Amino acid sequence: MKISTDEVTKIAHLARLEIGASQKEKMAEQLSHILQYIDKLKDVDVEGVKLFSDAAFMNNVLREDELKVSPGPNVTLANAPQRDEDFYIVPRIVK
Amino acid sequence: MEFCELTIAGAQKLLSEQQISSFELTTALLERIEKYDAKIGAFITINKDLALKQAKKADQDIADNNISALTGVPIALKDLFCTRGMKTTCGSKILDNFIPQYDGTVVSKLKDNGAVIIGKTNMDEFAMGSSTENSAYKITANPWNKEYVPGGSSGGSAAAVAAQFCCAALGTDTGGSIRQPASHCGVVGLKPTYGRVSRFGLVSYGSSLDQIGPITKDVRDAALLLNIISGNDKMDSTSARVDVPDFTRAFDQFEKGSLKGMTAGIPKEYMSVDGIDPDVEKVFKQAKKILEDLGVQIKEVSLPHTDYVVAAYYIIAPCEASSNLARFDGVRYGFRDQTSDDLMDMYKKTKSKGFGPEVQRRILIGTYALSAGYYDAYYGRASQVRTLIMEDFSNAFKTCDFILSPVAPAPAFKIGENIDDPLTMYLTDIFTLSANMAGVPGISVPAGYSSKGLPIGIQMMANRFDEMALLRAGYGFEKSIRLDKKFPDL
Repeated sequence: MKISTDEVTKIAHLARLEIGASQKEKMAEQLSHILQYIDKLKDVDVEGVKLFSDAAFMNNVLREDELKVSPGPNVTLANAPQRDEDFYIVPRIVK
Repeated sequence: MEFCELTIAGAQKLLSEQQISSFELTTALLERIEKYDAKIGAFITINKDLALKQAKKADQDIADNNISALTGVPIALKDLFCTRGMKTTCGSKILDNFIPQYDGTVVSKLKDNGAVIIGKTNMDEFAMGSSTENSAYKITANPWNKEYVPGGSSGGSAAAVAAQFCCAALGTDTGGSIRQPASHCGVVGLKPTYGRVSRFGLVSYGSSLDQIGPITKDVRDAALLLNIISGNDKMDSTSARVDVPDFTRAFDQFEKGSLKGMTAGIPKEYMSVDGIDPDVEKVFKQAKKILEDLGVQIKEVSLPHTDYVVAAYYIIAPCEASSNLARFDGVRYGFRDQTSDDLMDMYKKTKSKGFGPEVQRRILIGTYALSAGYYDAYYGRASQVRTLIMEDFSNAFKTCDFILSPVAPAPAFKIGENIDDPLTMYLTDIFTLSANMAGVPGISVPAGYSSKGLPIGIQMMANRFDEMALLRAGYGFEKSIRLDKKFPDL
């Protein structure tokens, strides 16, 4: 599979990344190289093979729904880049 | 006996007999780090003040006869375990200022057992890499030869143990990140069965592959640490509800100096892997001979899907990574780009400035493979291939107790040698990725040196939850091999 620079732009947007114009060519080339290698998976006969699941090794994991004390906003917001009391501040969303 | 030479078992003995104090031991190791780590670069954070406090407390506990399994023993942690009040960077600029508000389960377990946390070690950013060159902070040098990489992604932990900066360390292994640096640095690295150890408080990379494990000076210490970190945890629903044996019992069976009754399988597909270094081949042959002399029956087994392991892994791991790393968005913690006045722009600038090139590459691969129209062709197919890989292992373990293989096709390479060629770097993971794909445990044990004097390990992999087989065989092997030199001169 060959990836174009336009596709890099599209995927980068989906991933919320910004790839600089000077890097796009190199990234497209590296991704193509990796995906071309991955194309060998097409040679495997997977007809009827189940998807892998770690859950296959386990039973359903359930627990009691118990009330517990919350750590509170001072703990949960301690690492916020920007906050106002109990709220995170983000750049304006509604213009 | 120098302080720095002490293993966990060795330190425990001297500490409990009060022949040495934890304060002396911790001070000696901190001085050693101060003296040599500028050249090695094993640590991102040295926990000097708190470590000395913990050491003093340990000495008091020992005086009060309140001794736990690790009381006063200095341990290093890869910098992706959440440590309360102590910076946890994951080797990334995006977490440059991140101070967790809680301890991960393994960290709590170490602390509850009296360990002294001496520092947080360098790593490939978010554990993505095989050389520790992808850290945003520094490059870690191999203590055996500082022009060479220590392996990765737990390269800081392996280098710290090899440089004798700590009694032992914890790392994580998503595709070989404990076993490969252990092999390159001449120490023991154990990746437990998926689910053996709780991942709560471990910053996730590939959630179906990640597992925490010990990096130690010898096999006994690996068992001692595994005893402490294993077990079901209600904070991690993927941690297994299985009994945790006393792993040191694996050594009882070696009392007579024999491993009679054990069978090792060598996958025929591994022997035709391209580009196996002659030094690795030589060490592997010697290792095989040593095990045979110990009474291990060696036989050929088959893992028919070996040729597809790297391709399937480099879909599954990036897919999981692209999902896991979406959380670093500059809103709740970590770095935020302050130049944007629009939310979308803030997300993009934060991630692009915060993540390094390899992390961005894997996020892009994962995002591409999971995007509309491609899921079945990539993730779906890779997941089916993973089922086949797992079945290969289940079949192989019907006829052998463990699988014997090299850890990496070549000894450590020079710093900078592969950094611009991601695919070549990925291909060096061929022998280690399978254990993560199949969820089985694997151990790397020092087995020799290259012609340039760099360490080379051998790998053993066993069936799910049969770490005992690895520890037994690894211990027997370690006791029988004669290595010229256990640790490098710094």
